[in-house]
Amino acid sequence: MKNLYGDLPEKDSLLSSGIPSVEDLDRVLPPPEARRKGPVAVLECFQKIPCDPCAQACKLGAIKEFSDVNDLPVIDWTKCTGCGQCVAACPGLAIFVVDETYSPEECLIAMPHEFVPLPERDQVVLLYDRAGRHVGEGIVHRVIRGRDKLATPVVWVRAPKALAYVARALGLPESQGRSGN
Amino acid sequence: MEYELVVVGGGPAGLSGALKAAQNGVRVAIVDRQEELGGQLVKQTHKFFGWSRRGAGIRGIEIGRRLRNAVLAQPHITVFTGTEALGYYPDNSLLIEGPSGVSRITGKTFLFATGAQERMILFPGNDLPGVYGAGAVQTLMNVYGVRPGRSVLMVGSGNIGLIVSYQLRQAGVAVRAIVEALPQIGGYAVHASKVRRLGIPILTRHSIKEAHGKECVEGATIWELDDKFRGIPGTEKDLDVDVICLATGLTPLGDLLWQAGVSMTYVPELGGFVPIYDENMETERPGIFVAGDAAGIEEASTAMLCGEIAGLAVAAKLGKIPRHRFEEERNVLARELAALRSGPLSSKVRTGYERIRALVQGRRGS
Repeated sequence: MKNLYGDLPEKDSLLSSGIPSVEDLDRVLPPPEARRKGPVAVLECFQKIPCDPCAQACKLGAIKEFSDVNDLPVIDWTKCTGCGQCVAACPGLAIFVVDETYSPEECLIAMPHEFVPLPERDQVVLLYDRAGRHVGEGIVHRVIRGRDKLATPVVWVRAPKALAYVARALGLPESQGRSGN
Repeated sequence: MEYELVVVGGGPAGLSGALKAAQNGVRVAIVDRQEELGGQLVKQTHKFFGWSRRGAGIRGIEIGRRLRNAVLAQPHITVFTGTEALGYYPDNSLLIEGPSGVSRITGKTFLFATGAQERMILFPGNDLPGVYGAGAVQTLMNVYGVRPGRSVLMVGSGNIGLIVSYQLRQAGVAVRAIVEALPQIGGYAVHASKVRRLGIPILTRHSIKEAHGKECVEGATIWELDDKFRGIPGTEKDLDVDVICLATGLTPLGDLLWQAGVSMTYVPELGGFVPIYDENMETERPGIFVAGDAAGIEEASTAMLCGEIAGLAVAAKLGKIPRHRFEEERNVLARELAALRSGPLSSKVRTGYERIRALVQGRRGS
């Protein structure tokens, strides 16, 4: 079934394949007014586990403080500016930033990327969906390396708008990082 | 030499316990087999979950480094690394073998934080070189910088199987598939999604049928399982792999506890035989404490908290801190521990710990 999230396998679920379902993704999809406004965080966190760094990382108070460490994150879309702090902070690498206002044809997607070598600005990268299938190409817009070598780098990629909610991983062409799979 | 506390095992639980005790004035010795303190943390390159104020978001290797530095800076702690604990003796002594030979140290109290060992599963060819435990693969890559091979079949989708698959890909090694006998992925969904979007298929209700190869692994056959975990003929698939990595669970390492005569009980939810211990991590042999995977298979965040509770209880037992202060601080730690274990994915370990609590209460009542 083709939709906003691409071609998600219908019979599989998050717990049987690792791929979230349309229902899962609909629950974390920013509302239209937030998507029209500019960059916004998409918290693809669907399972209650004891984990709260996203709320701590958000300096704007957009991700509400947890009352129980096992809570799912709750975001206030009016406060989120899509700065990407939470993308680097999330231990589960489950947060992305999407900017559908970048240009008429292109969007920006910020993705956590813990592979070396890191891509460089303006480099063409391959984009993959949540099942690891190649879905297109993007151009690196920014690379945020973080404070030290243990930080999770965040790569901002310019991609065709149709991939805003489809592409969730990137790789270098003929990359060392993607050998085999 | 006599110490007030002898800690066996310098992983997250043992180091946390040693620190907590030493900070309260207890003279501690830590015995660890490895050259470097930290236990499994030395190879855990993923970011930890839990509370940010307690190190969530920090990689295991960094948590290990911080614990190690704190221990080495603590004047009350003597560290014996590269030293094996050979046996426990009834006069409260431990026979150890280290760089300077065999010797004996005694302790007023003991904390056994000996960790766990990996489970092996049965299949034809499981003795071929190229069949590894996930821990060995992680050590090769993340401690020594050695790739275990070029192409891997991962058996088991618990957090270890998922995390090691991700790290294999970071090291440039292909992972052909992760097979999981159960109908659901065992580890956290975020870890599963992370490997899935790298193109690694996670096949639930699947297992390895056999390994192929003469001198070493040259391939593997996987197949689908029925509801009784039997392979379904006709569903076989051959995979071109030179490494088969087993992440099929852990079982507590309790040899020294058995030897010390600690009461043990079989709790499947905690990975096998575990000691019976109270809310202060003290076993039924007074003065012998446990923490970490040796007390029940869980993960490092809870292991560190259990270690702290044990270290604090040792300090109280030795009269280093007043009872009320101990109880106050213990209750804070116990609340944090309960919160970490309160999520839906912790229901299994909760059942396990309830069994132990029930045993302890039953014995106190009788």
